[in-house]
Order: sequence, then C-alpha cells, then structure tokens
Amino acid sequence: MCPDTTPTPEGASADREVLSAGDIARALKRIAHEIVERNKGAEDLVLLGIPSRGVELAHRLARLVAEVEGRAVPVGSLDVTMYRDDLRRQPTRSPRETRIPSEGVDGRTVVLVDDVLYSGRTVRAALDALADYGRPRAVQLAVLVDRGHRELPIRADHVGKNLPTSHSERVMVRLAGHDGQEDSVTIGGGSR
Amino acid sequence: MSARHLLSVADLDAAGVRQLLDTAAEMHDVQRREVKKIPTLRGRTVINLFFEDSTRTRSSFEIAGKWMSADTINITGKGSSTSKGESLRDTTMTIAAMGVDAIVMRHMASGAAHQVARWLDESGSATRVVNAGDGTHEHPTQALLDAYTLERRLGSLEGRHVAIVGDVTHSRVFRSNLLSLPLLGARVTVVAPPTLMPSGARAWAEHDGWTMSHDLDDVLAQGPDALMMLRVQKERMSGGYFPTPREYTVGYGLTRPRLAAYLDRQPEGVILHPGPMNRGLEIAADAADAASSLVLDQVSAGVAVRMSVLYHLLAGGEGSAA
Repeated sequence: MCPDTTPTPEGASADREVLSAGDIARALKRIAHEIVERNKGAEDLVLLGIPSRGVELAHRLARLVAEVEGRAVPVGSLDVTMYRDDLRRQPTRSPRETRIPSEGVDGRTVVLVDDVLYSGRTVRAALDALADYGRPRAVQLAVLVDRGHRELPIRADHVGKNLPTSHSERVMVRLAGHDGQEDSVTIGGGSR
Repeated sequence: MSARHLLSVADLDAAGVRQLLDTAAEMHDVQRREVKKIPTLRGRTVINLFFEDSTRTRSSFEIAGKWMSADTINITGKGSSTSKGESLRDTTMTIAAMGVDAIVMRHMASGAAHQVARWLDESGSATRVVNAGDGTHEHPTQALLDAYTLERRLGSLEGRHVAIVGDVTHSRVFRSNLLSLPLLGARVTVVAPPTLMPSGARAWAEHDGWTMSHDLDDVLAQGPDALMMLRVQKERMSGGYFPTPREYTVGYGLTRPRLAAYLDRQPEGVILHPGPMNRGLEIAADAADAASSLVLDQVSAGVAVRMSVLYHLLAGGEGSAA
C-alpha cells in the first residue's frame, strides 16, 4: 500500500463505495487515452508504478495503452521508501521492489502511477528516486484518486477521480490481483 | 527488526532475518547504479570503532553508510586514546556523548559489544551498537551476508545442507551461522579436527540439532549444497592445535582433488570463505578461484547487508526500531 493511502480498519461499517469495479475500469481506460493523446502516441513512454497498488495500476494502464497504440509499453516499479522525508517520524518500513525497464528512463517520458494522491510527499520522493536512475525527458503523474490536502506544489496530470476528503477520512483502494477482492475505492471514518 | 542493537544473530527471529535479507536485496540495487548514493541516512553519523585489523568488514560498513548518505568515521584501536590506556567504557561513552547514532564495533574480547551496549543503555544514550565481530563469539552481519549470498545462488535454503569446515573453536563466523542458517531452514554439519572443535560440542550439537564430524571426505561424499571454509586463526592459537600446516591441509583443507571429488558429487555445490583466506592451508587457490566459489559474491553482498542493517537500526524514528 502506498503511504498516502490510509487504510480502513477491517469491518468498519461507515465505508462508502465511491468507485466500483466498472468505474475504475472506465477511469483507467480514460487515463490511458489521455496519456496517448497528450504524448501524441506511446513512443518513448515508460510507466512506473509506485508500490504496491501503483504497480498493478501501471500494468493495467500499459495494457490499455498497448490496445490503443498497438505497441507494448515498458512498465516498471519505483520504490520510494529510501527517499521519504518522514523516515524519522515513522517505524522503519522495508523497501519494496524497484525495477526499471531495460530501456531505462533517459530521454523518455516517464508516467508515475499511484493509487491515491494525498500530501504529495510520496511523489516528491519518487521524483528524487527517479533522478538517481537517469534523466527522463519529462515526468507525468497518473493517479486513480486525488483526495486533496497537498503539502507540496505537486499536481497530477491524469486523475481517475477527484475525491474531496477531510483529513480524518480514510480512502481505501482495493484491486483484484493485488488484494484478492473485486476492484473498489471506498471512503470511511471521520466526518465530512 | 525488533532489537535496539545488533549484537548477535540471537537478537533476530526468522522474520527479522527475512526482513534484513529482503531489504538487502533492494539495497544491492544501489551497487549497480552509476550514482551510488541514496539520501536515506542523511544527517546520521556512524562510527566504525575497530580494535582489531580488518579490511572487508570495516570498509564494507563504511561504504554502506556512505552510500546511504550517513557520515561515517573510522577509529582504530591503535589510533585512539585506548593506546594511551583509556578504558573501553570511557572510549565508547566519549564517542556516544558526541551524539553519534551508531557505533559499529570490532573487538578482540568476546562480549565486548554487549558490554558497550549495556553501558550505553544504562546511561540513557540513544546510540546503537552493531557487533562487527567480538573475539570468538559472534559476527552477525557476516552470517547474514553468507545467508544472502547462498540464497542468491541456491534459492531458498529450506532443506539445504551446509557444511562448515575448519577452525570452529575460534570462529565467530561459525557461531553466528550456526544460529542463522537453521532459521532459514538449512541443516548444518560442522567439520573440524577434534582439537579445533569447541569443548562440549557434542552436547551442543544434540541440543541444537546440528551434526558434528571429524571426517571431511565423509561429509563431502554426502554432497552438501554448500561448503563454508573457515580461516585457520593462527593469531588466536596459543597452543598446538595441529602438528603441522601440511597435516591440517591433508585432513581438512579444500584441496584440488577434494574440490574435484566434491563437484563430481554435487555439480551445483558452492564454496564460501569469510576471508581473509590462507591459500594453500584451508583452501587451495584452485578452490578459491573456482566458478563455484562465492568468495567475491560474499564481499559484494556484505555492503548490501550492512546497508540493510544500518537502515533498519537508524532510519526510523527514535524508538521505532525498538
């Protein structure tokens, strides 16, 4: 789970579904089209998911882009744990896998993919991490949910759903293939 | 990792070892990058306090700290105030009082790292201690890097057979590996001449479930998945542990014919040695440089494993690793 995602405790009754499996499929399809349109094709594109659900989303987007463009798009994962600015505030967490496609990132357009955009600190860390792997021509950001509350001047280029939330609320993304249950985005806890 | 310090493999459970090895695998990636630097430990200070000579362990910890952006400083026994007669307690408490985050310590006395950790904890110091080898007691990061190296070559160690061969009486590497390998599911056979087997080894083996042997050829015929050759620690030997070096080599050295016989039996077999090697004594040059030798892989893994250990001890908030 990406650190910007706040988990909902098991069995919390207040959870409300804001995106169904169908909504998520449509949102990803739209984002895939947006990526192709904005980049005038898929040439030199690399999709990098931020572990863990961002990686699953990056793979799905790559398949959708490939369907549109008829060419395979390199996909990888970029762990940001070692680059976070809040390491000293939290218990140590184990780093996840970073896999940069063999094509590398130099001179390419990298689309970072994450499930939830919140404070923006994960994305800042991802930009630092990415700089250690090479110099992309451009970096874009695609997220399934933008829940607001940015603490840094960061915005997403491609958003599945803008979801105004309060700090006390929790947004939970579940993805088939990752969580072993049907795709959904739910919101719970707090008062809006 | 739940311990505040890393003094012994006994500080870790199977999950702790797994976590350190998995993190090391991600840290290994930094070694392959053009720019070998991540900001993870920026602002942290690590002192390598080495009262015994060392090339690989000390530089490995130093590189590990530097690659994670920690400030690392080396102090050797000879160049420190201990050569003026300062006590270990005063030396370490002085260093801790400077606000360092970790002391990586090697000392010729077994238990020295534990003692220093106790002094620091009693004084309320936040400084953490990593045991980089204490006398004939333990060398936990060496055992972790051995396990990491073996896993990378053999896959899971579950059900694998590792033979540890040589001067086990004086070996802290042996003691740490004897704790770590079973946590990963490997079974261990320890081979040594009777004079270099610790007293009480038989009862120890029965209690902890490892096998003891004095016959290297017999063990090699069983086709162990890995051979861990230990250095004959001449500097720790006050008495005559074997009649002549030649006799030791004949009985317990990984000689060229022995290597050939082993690889015939176990073509996938691998050879480890913690270094520094006494070529021609416990290991023949042919064995040290063979394709099945993982000696340099161990050195490379050492940096990744030490990055992992420093990360888990130092990166989290105060108290988080505790």
